[in-house]
This record gives sequence, structure tokens and C-alpha cells, in this order.
Amino acid sequence: MVKKTSKSKDGQILTDGDALELMEVEITEEKENIDYKKSPVYIYYEWCKKCGICVAFCPTKCLGRHPDGSPFVEFPEKCIHCETCDRLCPDFAITGAKR
Amino acid sequence: MANIPQKVVHKYLRHNKKFPHVWCPGCSNGTTLGSIIRAIAELNYDRDGITMVSGIGCSSRMPVYVDFNTLHTLHGRALPFATGIKMQKPEQKVIVITGDGDATAIGGNHFIHACRRNIDITTIVLNNNIYGMTGGQYSPTTPTGDRATTSPYGNIDPVFDICELAMAAGATFVARTTAFHALETQDIIKKALEHKGFSVVEVVSACPVIYGRLNKKGGGPEMMMHMRDNSVPLKATEKMTPEQLEGKIVRGIFKQVNKLEYCDAYANLMSQFNVKEEAKK
Repeated sequence: MVKKTSKSKDGQILTDGDALELMEVEITEEKENIDYKKSPVYIYYEWCKKCGICVAFCPTKCLGRHPDGSPFVEFPEKCIHCETCDRLCPDFAITGAKR
Repeated sequence: MANIPQKVVHKYLRHNKKFPHVWCPGCSNGTTLGSIIRAIAELNYDRDGITMVSGIGCSSRMPVYVDFNTLHTLHGRALPFATGIKMQKPEQKVIVITGDGDATAIGGNHFIHACRRNIDITTIVLNNNIYGMTGGQYSPTTPTGDRATTSPYGNIDPVFDICELAMAAGATFVARTTAFHALETQDIIKKALEHKGFSVVEVVSACPVIYGRLNKKGGGPEMMMHMRDNSVPLKATEKMTPEQLEGKIVRGIFKQVNKLEYCDAYANLMSQFNVKEEAKK
């Protein structure tokens, strides 16, 4: 079985199991203090249905997917603030920031 | 909802309704709703000056979530209700949201007669090629040969072209776009709202959970990629041969003419009577 790995915000490499737990911590931090310089895209996980449209159409592939299918910002520095994910999200769950 | 950065779309939603909304993952209805809201926000219309009317269907759940004057009516009968509202209050901007089955099958007669009257209503037809809400029966726009729950061996009916139907029936603004082209949809809806007369905007949308699953077209992203790769703008079709155009979705504004509007015609008629009554006095 191939284990999917993903990077957390501070560059730590995560594997399948612990990614979700760390992500939850990240969300609560984000809710209290929204900083667009750190994360160009804000994802509202309570409304997300994990359809994958934002990940598929991101022109610079800066969004990644968790093992359960939910998106997260994999490479914040790659974002070009085009707001494609914002426009195409059917659930209004993703908010792209203007530069 | 309080803690997230709010965009234009979030300001027009009814947050006391149940969110996340009722539509399946990957459904294009939400994307189209976003485009409609952005178009209205860019035109700076007053919220109380807009009435959104819908029939029954997946797409017709849309007025439930937006903060305008809304009306959720009978299956296929959204246009008669909208006509009544427009005649009574001509200053209201009336938007009708229907699906493909709602507009062309069950409300087909109402649709062609609203086109014929040229009453100032903006009709947005979300064409997802199937009756999604009632369990996947084939609709007049299901492509020939495609499967639905009522055509398990393939559909043998020829397809209805909504834009050609509207043009032939006498609508004065007819356009087609896809849900993937969100900015173009926004632009076309803006033009349709500003147009005086009956305007029809067909938005080709994806139903990944029923139509996509039965016809093995993939999930939401794959169906949106299909829209992106298989649609051509109207200008590009001039240089294309009929063979090249087969199976393509042509998008753009097909018709935009000015004709006498129904409410104006009625006002003209009534003004004649007023003149006579004043003359008598």
C-alpha cells in the first residue's frame, strides 16, 4: 500500500493517520486569527462536500487533498490569487483572497 | 459562519437556512448560484427589488438559499407565477430559475408562451440532462443513446435544443453558457438582467451523482473538464465545419433584439382608456 504524505503548515511531513488530527488544530487556529499572508485561501470545512473541484482546477496546483478527500493549502507560496477555486466551489466553502 | 472571511456570495445567502445546502457533491447548481449572485451584486440592485421564482427540481431549490423576494411554486409553473408578479409590479426584476425538465417538458407550454409574449423576465434554465431530484428519469434534453433510470438500455428520443426553441418561440435575448465558465455566466446574466424583454440563459451544468454515474462520465471535476474541453465560443464556430461541431456545446449570445415588451404594451392599452375617461369628464 502506498502511503500518501502531505505537508503541514510548518513544513512537517505527515502521513495518512496523523494528517487529519493536525489539520483540526490548524482550523481552530485559523478561525481565531485569519492571516492571508500565511494562507491565501480559507476553507470552511463545515460546508465542504469534498467534491475535489477546487483541487482539480487550481492552475498552479497549490491545493492538495487529504486522504478523506478534503482540500488543504499545500503550497501557499504558489497561489497567484486568481480566485478560480472561489468561483467554482459549488458549496461556497472556499474563499480566495485578493492580493 | 461568523469567523470566516465573507465574500459577496455570503452576504446574499440566508444563513438561517440549513447549510451545507441540499445539492450533491460536485453539482453545478451551487456554482451557477454563485455566478447569479455576483452578477446581481455587480449591478447593485436593491434586494427588495428582485423576485426569484422557481418550480420544482434540484435547481429550483435555489431561491430557498438567497435573500431576495422568493417564491417556490408548482412543477413547471414558475413562469405563470412570474408573469403575474411582473404584471402587478412592473418595477420588480423577476428572475425565474428552472431546470431542463421543468422548463421544456412539464412547463413546456408555459415556456413557449412566455417567450411569445416577450414579458420582461429573466429565465435561467439549468440544463443537467436529467431529472435529478425525482430519481434520474430521462428528460427532453438527455442526449440520444444515454442512459437514465427510465431508459436503462439507452434513450431513443431526439434532443430538444432549448436555445433554438426559445428563439423560434420569440424570446428577445437567448444565450447559452456552461457552469464551468463562471465569469462568462456572470457576464451573460448581467446582460440578460439589463435586457428589456424575455431573456433565456441556458446554463449547461453537471449532474455527477445520477447522470454522470449512469453514463460513466466521472465525478464533478471530470464533468466540468468535459464542459471545458467540449465547448466552443460562438465566434469560433464560423470557421468550423459541421463535422467538427458535432458533440460540441456552442456558447455565447445567439439573439439580442429589441421588441415591444408585454407590460409596456399593456400600459399603452390602458393609457388609451384613461384618456377617454378624462375626455368625458
